[in-house]
Parts: sequence; C-alpha cells; structure tokens
Amino acid sequence: MKYIDEYRSPDLVRGLLDAVAILAAGIGRDVSLMEICGTHTHAVGRYGLRRLLPGTLRLVSGPGCPVCVTSIGDVDRALHLAGLPGVTFATFGDMLRVPGTGGENLARLRAAGKDVRVIASPADAVRFAEENPARQVVLLGIGFETTAPTVAAAVLRARERGVGNLSVFSAHKTVPQAIRALIADRSLNIDGFLCPGHVSVITGVEAYRMIPQAGRAAAITGFEPADIAEGVLLLLRQIADGRFEVAIQYARGVKAQGNARAREVMAEVFEPGDAEWRGLGVIPGSGLRIRREFEAFDALRRFTLPEIRSAEFRGCRCGDVLRGVMSPDQCGLFGEACTPASPLGPCMVSGEGTCAAYYKYERGL
Amino acid sequence: MCIAFPGKILSIDPDNFAVIEISGTRREVSLDIVDEPVTVGDYVICHAGYAIQRIDEEAALEKLSFLQELIDNEIY
Ligand code: SF4
Repeated sequence: MKYIDEYRSPDLVRGLLDAVAILAAGIGRDVSLMEICGTHTHAVGRYGLRRLLPGTLRLVSGPGCPVCVTSIGDVDRALHLAGLPGVTFATFGDMLRVPGTGGENLARLRAAGKDVRVIASPADAVRFAEENPARQVVLLGIGFETTAPTVAAAVLRARERGVGNLSVFSAHKTVPQAIRALIADRSLNIDGFLCPGHVSVITGVEAYRMIPQAGRAAAITGFEPADIAEGVLLLLRQIADGRFEVAIQYARGVKAQGNARAREVMAEVFEPGDAEWRGLGVIPGSGLRIRREFEAFDALRRFTLPEIRSAEFRGCRCGDVLRGVMSPDQCGLFGEACTPASPLGPCMVSGEGTCAAYYKYERGL
Repeated sequence: MCIAFPGKILSIDPDNFAVIEISGTRREVSLDIVDEPVTVGDYVICHAGYAIQRIDEEAALEKLSFLQELIDNEIY
C-alpha cells in the first residue's frame, strides 16, 4: 500500500535503530519513553521493536486505547442506555465485550434481544435514525480528538436534516490533559513521549506544548516501523541536546497547525468538561460534553439515568497498566485467567489494548 | 476503533461522501471534516468513516529519500 511498504523497509529500520543505539549510548543513563497511542503499542509489538532497542531504553505503554480508558461508570451508563426499551444503541465494535460492574456487556445485551448495532462510522447512526423514526438511536461517543470531530459532524448532519431521534452519549476524552497528568506523576518519570500520529492530525503541535515546557521530549510519530524508529531517534536527540520541542516525524499526515476544520466542528458541538479515566481518575477538562445548544442530541439529557454503583473488577490491573507503572505480564491474571478469548479487563478486550498487544506479540520475550 | 488508514479516493457524491479504496477494499467515507479540497485520485487518512487529512505525497517521498541518504552516508 502507498507509503506503508516503503516505511517498512528493513534497511531503513535497521539504519535508524543503529543510530538510536549510538545516541542512547552517548546519553549514558537510562531513558524512559512513553508511547501514548494503542496503535503505537501494537506496532511496537508487531515489529518486535522493544527487543531491538538498547537495554538502557525503556519504552512504556501509556493510556492510548480509548476503549480501555473508558471508566467503568461510563461502561455501566452505556449498558443502561442500551437496555432501555425503544432504544437502538450504536457503538464501535470494540466496545461490545467490555464488561460493566455486573459482568454484563453490550454483546450479551444484543444476544438477549436488545437492539445494539455495530457501526463503522458515526454517519451510520444518523442513517439508522432517519430510517427508523419510531426508535431512539443512541450513539456511544468514545475516543479522542480523532473520533470526536466525526461524532460532532454526525450531530451537525443530523441537525441539518432535521433528525429528531438521535442522541449521543459523549464519553470522549482529550489527550493533552492526560499527558499533563502523566508528566506530573513522579512514579513514572518519563523523559519523552511518542505523540499519537492521528490525534495530532487534528490537534497539530499546539496540544503538546506543555511537554517541552516541562523539559521532556516530544515527537509526533507515525505507525510504521521506520516511523517509530525515527520517532525514538528524534526524542533521543532532544534528550541528548537538552533542547526540547514538539518534533513532527509523521509529516506526511500531520501539519503543524493540525486540522482546523475538524477542531471547529468539534468545538461547535462539544465543550470541555471533567472526565473520569480508568486508571488515571478524574482529569479536569479532559472530557467533551455536548453544548447546551445541542442538548436535544445529548443522551444524558434526553434520558434520565439512575444512580449506578460502579466498581472495577477485582484483580484486574488495567489501571496500573494504563498509567504505565506496570506491564501486562506483571498482572497475575495475564495469559492465564485473562486472554483475548476470555478477557477480564478492557485492556485485553480491546484490540488496541496494551494487554491484548502484549498477549499477541510479546509473550515470553 | 482508533486505527486510521490511508486510502485512495475513487469517487465523490453530492452528499460529500467518497468511495475510498483501502488496501483492496472499498469503503464509503464522509468528507465533512477534511480541511483542504480533495479530489478523485488523492490519498486521504480515514478514521471512523471520515477522511481526516489528505496525505502529503511529497512529504512522504522526501522523507524516505532523506532518511535513506542519511543512512547511506552514515550520518544517522
Ligand atoms: S491481563 Fe487482564 S486482568 Fe490483567 S490487567 Fe490486563 S486486562 Fe486486566
């Protein structure tokens, strides 16, 4: 495929990794880098990059999977909404098996006859709503700055077409506030961040300004092996020089100013609100709630939700995995009680989850 | 759900949806949030059924040759 094969060239990757090794040796101390995107975590696993990096370089997986960071409370609320009579619940497929407090999940609700539909695009939910005017279509909005504009665009389209039976349960999260929390976490001590390529398509470099300001390195990085190797290299060079910035490795996709149109669409429909992240707790201003002007499209205003007592599954360490303080194989359930075939926590349920990535690619290394 | 793909635009309809070929399969994606004009034949990055960015061919090729050059000259 275009610009994928080329960035997988073994020669290119090897050359870059040699340079990484030389630079890392020159720094002369251990360095911790974090990838904050589930797709990075998977690419790192798939190409065995963790093994190819020098021993002084630790690559930590951060909270980059949107399904995994969705709090158990939001999962429970989604399950409640999906169970309401007359509701068609539209969700991306990877939320289907994420368990709520009682072990229930969307797939089981669907098996029990509830109308739960897997969509590939928020635009599909608008279509369902138009085709089924007698039903209330509730779209589950999860994801970061990449997904939120698509959901916002769907809301704008619904309004334009006079669709009155669509609403959104917005559990979106924004990345910069989470990075700020990670920088502040003293147990982590991250020297540099591989910033997510596709979130950055929307946000541009601005979202990451606080990283160099905090004396840490940042590189917006793509997803092919050569991208990641070069991203690591750009981080090491900043650390070696002690001069920090937000480098753009993924220049074929990301412009410094990001995608202003997508940000406008997002800001028209959503405003910042507090959000609870699995593992990180409540991070002020890190969520996106629907603005008053669009309250007709807000599932939390359209339906009255009861108080739900939510509790994490005991023994699952997703919270620590998501904060980067623990790697999945340190969880006692990893690979034994918890596997992709019978997952216990969201980090194993989601295809983009860190536990799933480690199970698939990095077991027994 | 966060995985985004580069694909080639095959056609665009009046509703601002495009048919895109992504590694051999065709998908319909909305062009509502791309911020620059795109036409048939362009490559775009698609996420959750929406094109979010035109891929910059020049940047892609330039980077490849630049990296190769650095490696060949043992600068990297
Ligand atoms: S291995 Fe399973 S139980 Fe352990 S942290 Fe990961 S998802 Fe949770």
